[in-house]
Amino acid sequence: MVTNGNDKRPSPEALLKLAQAEEAEVDQGLGRLKIFLGYAAGVGKTYAMLEAAWQRKLEHRDVVAAYVESHGRFETDSLLSFSEIEIIPKAQVEYMGVTLPEMDIDAVLDRRPQIALVDELAHTNAPGSRHEKRWQDVEELLAAGIDVYTTVNVQHFESLNDVVAQITGIVVRETVPDGLLDQAFEIRLVDIPPEELLQRLHEGKVYIPAQAAQATEKFFKPGNLMALRELSMRRAASRVDDQMRAYMESRSIAGPWPTAEKLLVCISGSPFSEQLIRTTRRLADETKSRWHTVYIETPGGGRHLRENREQVWRYLRLAESLGAEVTTLTGTNVTQALIDYAVKHNVTKIVVGKPTKPRWREFLSPPLVDRIIRLSGTIDVYVVSIAEAARKPASGIVLPRKAEPWPGYMKSLVLVMAASTVCELVRPLLAPTNLVMIYLLAVVLAATRLGLRPAILTAFLSVMAFDFFFVPPRFTFAVADTQYLLTFIALFTVGVVISTLVSQARERAEAIRVREVQTASLYYLSRDLAAAVSIQSILEAIHKNIRDSLDACVAILLAEGERLEVKTASEHLQLDMKELAVADWAFRNHQPAGRGTETLGSADLLYLPLQTTAGVLGVLGVKLTDDAGYGFPEQRRLLQAFAAQATLAIERVQLVKQAEHAQILQAREGLERALLNSISHDLRTPLVTITGALDTLMDKGYKLDGEARKELLDTAREEAERLNRFVGNLLDMTRLEAGRVDLRKEQSDIQDLVGCALVALDKQIGTRNVETHIPADLPPVKLDMVLMTQVMVNLLDNALKYSPPDAGLEINARMDKGKLTLEVCDRGPGVPVPDLKRVFDKFYRIPVPEGAGGTGLGLAICKGIVEAHGGTIRAENRATGGLRVIITLPLY
Amino acid sequence: MANEKNSGTNLPRILIVDDEAAIQRFLHTALDTGEFSIHRAETGHAALAAAVAVKPDIILLDLGLPDMDGVEVIRRVREWSQVPIIVLSVREREDDKVKALDAGADDYLTKPFGVAELLARMRVALRRSLQQAPEPVFTVDELEVDLARRRVLVHGEDVQLTPTEYDLLRLLVIHAGKVMTHRQILRQIWGVAYVEQPHVLRVNISNLRHKLERDPSRPRYILTEPGVGYRLKAET
Repeated sequence: MVTNGNDKRPSPEALLKLAQAEEAEVDQGLGRLKIFLGYAAGVGKTYAMLEAAWQRKLEHRDVVAAYVESHGRFETDSLLSFSEIEIIPKAQVEYMGVTLPEMDIDAVLDRRPQIALVDELAHTNAPGSRHEKRWQDVEELLAAGIDVYTTVNVQHFESLNDVVAQITGIVVRETVPDGLLDQAFEIRLVDIPPEELLQRLHEGKVYIPAQAAQATEKFFKPGNLMALRELSMRRAASRVDDQMRAYMESRSIAGPWPTAEKLLVCISGSPFSEQLIRTTRRLADETKSRWHTVYIETPGGGRHLRENREQVWRYLRLAESLGAEVTTLTGTNVTQALIDYAVKHNVTKIVVGKPTKPRWREFLSPPLVDRIIRLSGTIDVYVVSIAEAARKPASGIVLPRKAEPWPGYMKSLVLVMAASTVCELVRPLLAPTNLVMIYLLAVVLAATRLGLRPAILTAFLSVMAFDFFFVPPRFTFAVADTQYLLTFIALFTVGVVISTLVSQARERAEAIRVREVQTASLYYLSRDLAAAVSIQSILEAIHKNIRDSLDACVAILLAEGERLEVKTASEHLQLDMKELAVADWAFRNHQPAGRGTETLGSADLLYLPLQTTAGVLGVLGVKLTDDAGYGFPEQRRLLQAFAAQATLAIERVQLVKQAEHAQILQAREGLERALLNSISHDLRTPLVTITGALDTLMDKGYKLDGEARKELLDTAREEAERLNRFVGNLLDMTRLEAGRVDLRKEQSDIQDLVGCALVALDKQIGTRNVETHIPADLPPVKLDMVLMTQVMVNLLDNALKYSPPDAGLEINARMDKGKLTLEVCDRGPGVPVPDLKRVFDKFYRIPVPEGAGGTGLGLAICKGIVEAHGGTIRAENRATGGLRVIITLPLY
Repeated sequence: MANEKNSGTNLPRILIVDDEAAIQRFLHTALDTGEFSIHRAETGHAALAAAVAVKPDIILLDLGLPDMDGVEVIRRVREWSQVPIIVLSVREREDDKVKALDAGADDYLTKPFGVAELLARMRVALRRSLQQAPEPVFTVDELEVDLARRRVLVHGEDVQLTPTEYDLLRLLVIHAGKVMTHRQILRQIWGVAYVEQPHVLRVNISNLRHKLERDPSRPRYILTEPGVGYRLKAET
């Protein structure tokens, strides 16, 4: 526990918290929420809001009325028109043949005002709207950085819901989470005395919806109004108190600091849980403490589990919306798990309900309260009473009961009849007390085969049958010997105990199996993901695993820049514009949306954002075959786990890709630098020689003899030719790389092609022997004669340069698998094996014996041209020495 | 503008059309051997005017002129004159060559070129323009074509050619040393209808080579100008 003690400086944590809170608003560009809080309809909230808005407008702020409902009140209407605040037209939502006006949230988001006025925060949107509730719309506006002015009555706040119901006897269905009130930047209490309100009511200035007309009579009683007024004032005051406390904390003003309390409430599927949650929230509010809500899943408790799961899920969500930290634990012993959690999280107070079970049942198992108190140690335990009203099943949700196992009961009847028959057969051999054993066998059989209830029925029927058929006097239920009563009790008790034990064992096994399946599916997923190296394989792994373990259709959408793209989707899964819009919402708002959530719940799929610390990578869409599955907490947990795993894997691959990309960039940069160096070297060297030769001739040409002059001029000329060749190659390469070569393919004679190349190199070949093997029946090949001639010239030129001056060359042409194969072979030194591929790289040069430097582009150009023809080029060392370059070209 | 030098002589007149001063200077120096009388023009219009005024025996033409395209200059000159035109250009794309040749240029040299090469081409062109009719017997190395008797000899031995092969060879002989584009040959031997059918030409050239060349893979007489056409080797 942390207390400030006598230290007058603000604690670093307090300062940090304040700084963070301020930063968060500025950083995330969140809008500010101003709530006009009233205690009943007609106190003038809307009017007050409009007044404030008008004031802002006069201060040149951009104010729009996103949704203002005047209910035809003259003052409000005239203020709205007089202040000339821009009104965003309401969206008209069709629902069951009725057109309902709703806030057009997209229009507001598009308009992007500084301040938006949104009346009636607690309003429930028409079905088919984006959000179920208007306060969710408001949250989205705030998230978009728009300030919102809104109105709400105090009875709509979640935590006050039941208090209000107690005061007024009216249960308010439209509620707003308290978190919104806490998060509001400013709360303005709109207050008029109840007498004045009643006066206004009589004058007809208060708008009452028609359907609530009778309720109004009950509601607008002075007593109610005073209570509500007090409630609203207290709520506003507590908010002021919070602010003052924060202020004091930040300014290090000593005061009565509250201790850092932490509350814990444990809930079950029982209807009392709701009240427990609300009570704990109020307690937490009063003591300014954080609070936790846990649900403990026990393997043995599986009997109730299935029915209550949805209920538990609802309660946990309620607790969450009331600001609790919500956890689901698994343990065999509820008390122990609860205490363990409490100790681990430094909980100071545990809230439990008063026992509700009849006293006699405590004999079998002590109430939870007692067990908690015994184990709680230093933790305080608050025992709260549960109002009778709450005992009715809450919220009107009718839980689908499992169909009664009638066949099971019939079977237990048959079983008892069979047992009775057997008993009748062996009756002459056994004492009546031992016949009980046969019935016991029947009970055990029923317990293992038929389930709990039929087994208990079997036990009961067995007792009855035993009594009727075998206990004298027979064929009556009367018992002559009272010691048989003991046998009855024993038979029944043993039967019930066995049934219970067997059934618990089975449920435990079932629960373990379910967990096992979940663990296994997660394990398989992580195994598959670990093996996946590409995005595609990861997507496939996720898809396959979710489909198999949840029996669901899956769609994965990943962000491509600012847009979402469907990367994979199950067959038959149609993602229309509407579905994509829901996915997009989940993506942009970093929150789950679609089926099973409160946002766009009419969608076909549930969309979970794949969230990393850096942002959202995409969205996982899931369509379960069983609609109820969306509500099961374990299903949701499993989905969340899947999504988390998927996110990690995708992020991993993306990071690897980024790293690779960076590496490639770096390598390319290095290469480009090398290229530039090489080019500038190759361009300058000949120029140096030429300039040098010319200078020499100019300066002392008259002194040189004819021989020396010729030498200089020859050098200059050769260098000029080399320069020309290099520039030509550079141009070719640039053209090839820019993809600017348009091939002029025509039917060409391969002999002609080879001939052209040989003629072009006539001077270099001189007397060297060139063997050509070109079959006479070689068909014409469609190629660009000019470019392919260049390829052959380059290859032959290389072959000449890199082989001994007297060695011959070989040119082979043939048809091979429907393709033309051209080979140029020399008797040079060949190329080291690791470099065989690299010879076709730009500026790759192998050391030349007599320094006859090439441009290092010749083979790269060849490769470019051949590949432009759809062919391949490769080099290999000949077995008998020398290099062979092999080109394959398609005929067309 | 046309600029006359060595006027009043009977030397062949050369018109150099190029807007690059450096090239002009270099050509002037290289060709000023006393064999030619040299005239210069820097623009297309000046070239056309000079062609009329000077009546050159040969025109050396750069394609990249400031005022009009060189090919256009060729076309306009060809409207009234058969003066040999040798194109000197940095444009090395075969399209450009073919365009210039089809427009009526006699030869094409890609810059940079050797002076010796230029002089050789100029001589071929001059000879062709100066003699009214081709010499009846054409000889290069071992090849002898007697146009008057329609006889073809290699190493002194008779070679039998089909009529088409002979017509083809005759055309090349008449324009020996000059590049004939595919279109030009096709039009003259087979007619306009065959202009887009280069395979007949390819087959006939191949056959000719097998009959005339010692090694058809290394032709010495009928040379291919890749992407442009064919040229019969003139005298060595």
